[in-house]
Amino acid sequence: MTPELGHLALILALLVALVQGVLPIVGAHRGTAAWIALARPAAQTQFVLVAIAFACLTAAFVANDFSVLYVAQHSHSKLPVVYRAAAVWGGHEGSLLLWVLMLSGWTLAVTLLSRQLPQAMVARVVGVLGLVAAGFELLILATSNPFERLLPAAADGRDLNPLLQDPGLVFHPPMLYMGYVGFSVAFAFAIAALLSGRLDATWARWSRPWTTVAWVCLTLGVAAGSMWAYYELGWGGWWFWDPVENASFMPWLMGTALIHSLAVTEKRGIFKNWTVLLAIGAFSLSLLGTFLVRSGVLTSVHAFATDPRRGIFILSFLIAVIGGSLALFAWRAPKVGSGGIFAALSRETLLLVNNVLLVVAAGSVLLGTLYPLLIDALGLGKLSVGPPYFNAVFVPIMVPLLVLVGLGPLARWKQLDARDMARRLRIAFVLALIAGAVLPALADRWSGLVAFGLLLAVWIVASTVFQVRERLKAGFPPLSYWGMHLAHLGLAVTVIGVVMVKNHEVEKDVRMAFGDTVQLGSYTIRLLGVKPVDGPNYMAQRGDVELSKNGQPLTRLLHEKRLYLSSPNPMTEAAIDNGVARDIYVSLGEALDATGSVWSVRVYYKPFVSWIWGGALLMALGGALAAADRRYRLKRRAAAGEAVAAVTTGAAA
Amino acid sequence: MRRVFLVPLLLFFVLAAFLAIGLTRDPREVPSPLVGRPAPGFQLPRLAAAGPEAAARFSPSDMKGKVWLLNVWASWCVSCREEHPVLLELARRGVVPLVGLNYKDGSADAQRWLAQHGNPYLLSAVDQDGRVGIDYGVYGVPETYVIDQAGVIRYKQIGPISAEVLQTKVLPLIRELQKS
Repeated sequence: MTPELGHLALILALLVALVQGVLPIVGAHRGTAAWIALARPAAQTQFVLVAIAFACLTAAFVANDFSVLYVAQHSHSKLPVVYRAAAVWGGHEGSLLLWVLMLSGWTLAVTLLSRQLPQAMVARVVGVLGLVAAGFELLILATSNPFERLLPAAADGRDLNPLLQDPGLVFHPPMLYMGYVGFSVAFAFAIAALLSGRLDATWARWSRPWTTVAWVCLTLGVAAGSMWAYYELGWGGWWFWDPVENASFMPWLMGTALIHSLAVTEKRGIFKNWTVLLAIGAFSLSLLGTFLVRSGVLTSVHAFATDPRRGIFILSFLIAVIGGSLALFAWRAPKVGSGGIFAALSRETLLLVNNVLLVVAAGSVLLGTLYPLLIDALGLGKLSVGPPYFNAVFVPIMVPLLVLVGLGPLARWKQLDARDMARRLRIAFVLALIAGAVLPALADRWSGLVAFGLLLAVWIVASTVFQVRERLKAGFPPLSYWGMHLAHLGLAVTVIGVVMVKNHEVEKDVRMAFGDTVQLGSYTIRLLGVKPVDGPNYMAQRGDVELSKNGQPLTRLLHEKRLYLSSPNPMTEAAIDNGVARDIYVSLGEALDATGSVWSVRVYYKPFVSWIWGGALLMALGGALAAADRRYRLKRRAAAGEAVAAVTTGAAA
Repeated sequence: MRRVFLVPLLLFFVLAAFLAIGLTRDPREVPSPLVGRPAPGFQLPRLAAAGPEAAARFSPSDMKGKVWLLNVWASWCVSCREEHPVLLELARRGVVPLVGLNYKDGSADAQRWLAQHGNPYLLSAVDQDGRVGIDYGVYGVPETYVIDQAGVIRYKQIGPISAEVLQTKVLPLIRELQKS
């Protein structure tokens, strides 16, 4: 019964989405107040219906209802209940449902937090979001219904893919989707602005906090995905340039460009067309990512069983949404004035360069991701594009960007004073040079790339510190100022992590009998034993390793090789001793003799690897601070309705 | 100046055209480097319970002068069941000899499986440890190789042979090879 209820709720949601997508937009165009007023209640109903559908699917999972095909395919009665709930998004159908849930959630937030916006604007924004939701709901109902019954019911489920039975699954996809889908709000604002012809600084100010929050979620989501790969895949890699990773990284790059470009549009009223194009681009890349992941046109470790109808449907939807928006852009953009003027050397120019670099970076990732498909489509053969391409193309684009990060925030609008900037930043520059020369010498071997990477990172940190110190003399700056600098510092931290891991990691594959030791720099690893242990839905061999440094025992590391009941492929659960400056990573290989007393063991020394994600966390925190800035909140509070007023009574005065 | 604003739309249409073509291709289908090369040689025991056949061994050179099919199968392989009726039909028509390569399987299991589902094979060679499979670049079961009179691999089917693939690809190729 519950699955049917969910199915019904989803059908109703589609109908409501059509109303939400059509009437408010038409109403805004014709000035029909009643239709405009429909936007909010329609969007709120939409959210309730999708939430009901999602809750019904979750209930089917938690209750082990194997008469639902999707549940039977992705769950198992012995699966722990947390994973049963998270298994809702462990497959194609449920992922799409999560997508729609996020979309309707964002739309709900727009209806609650937009009291100060003109009604017609809200109607258009909510309408555009409704059309997107309708497309996805149609996709689910027509090709990917998660509520389909399996009769007679399966005795037990096929179990969730063991790779996904990890805390990462609980957190990573929802966060990623929050970000991906969050760009739909910036997109909807851009389309609404094009439709109304009101493309101005106000529009940019409305879009900014939404874009920033979506970007924060995407940053966390991408970082969580990278961490999950590091912990769960068992070979210590943290980024593989896999098509699915790229699908989440491209919108991130585009979204980063959008955040910067929105700042220019808000402050100076220029780059309007460019900003609109970026808003369309960021969301288009999110949609494209969904297409790439869900249609099976590319091979990936995230490969999903595919149905050709899905690919055709998503592609048609993609053409309608992206093609439609770009056509609207081509039609409306020429009427938008270009606005103010600025000198060749100004903050505007620097931000334009930042944008071009980020868009080129996103474009080169896109090219590398699609290249196998392009070559195959042209009949030129089959090939794969891997890390060598991406590293060779992506890294050089990032270098000028990192240099700019240290300069941009200090540059003045309209015309910068190069001599003054040079005077203020010369100490930072000298510090960076010294750091680049001295720090790499502390490692066991000198590496040019490390020197260069550290130079850039220290440059960002030093110039940020100098700027903040100077700014503090003029009073306490607003939150958005701290947010920007924190995010930039985060970037520097990530850069340090990346160059250190890339150039100083040590990796050993060794044959170990019980009691054998292996030396990893100043660390000693001793294999104490391997014992069989049983989990709820798997059997495992658990290796016990003692880690010591200079003869002093530090800790014991337990790592497992698991064989799940549902899968022929063994899974490795690596044991990691986390540290600020290094991780020691141990994972169990195969038994090398019949009695199981000699094992192949993989040990890694990963210097500064946690800085990669630590930096991402700082970036996200910076974004959160910027989005929480008073200037967005004040406006909101001043005109706030009951939703906000209840919490902030008195603050509005 | 206005035309500039059309550029993103046009670029997107080019991209969409490629994506549409991409949908019609299977990215997992990788052409085998072995196509056009001589089939790797081997000597393997035949699948049989007892008797003179059990002692006999099979080598691809036994098939010299004939166009033949080598089909990799196993009793544990689910998709093999899917293609099995197609193979049985092919064997019934007797157009081409079909040799099985029983891959990483237990002999008793394999014989039981054939008894249960029917045996389309002229004979099956037993590749218990999968070494021959490595030579042939087997990455999944089932796979099927079309081998010509000179012992050269002419075609490789990855995954089950469907009735459609048999009609449109495999049989025409076999007829053409048999003519020469």
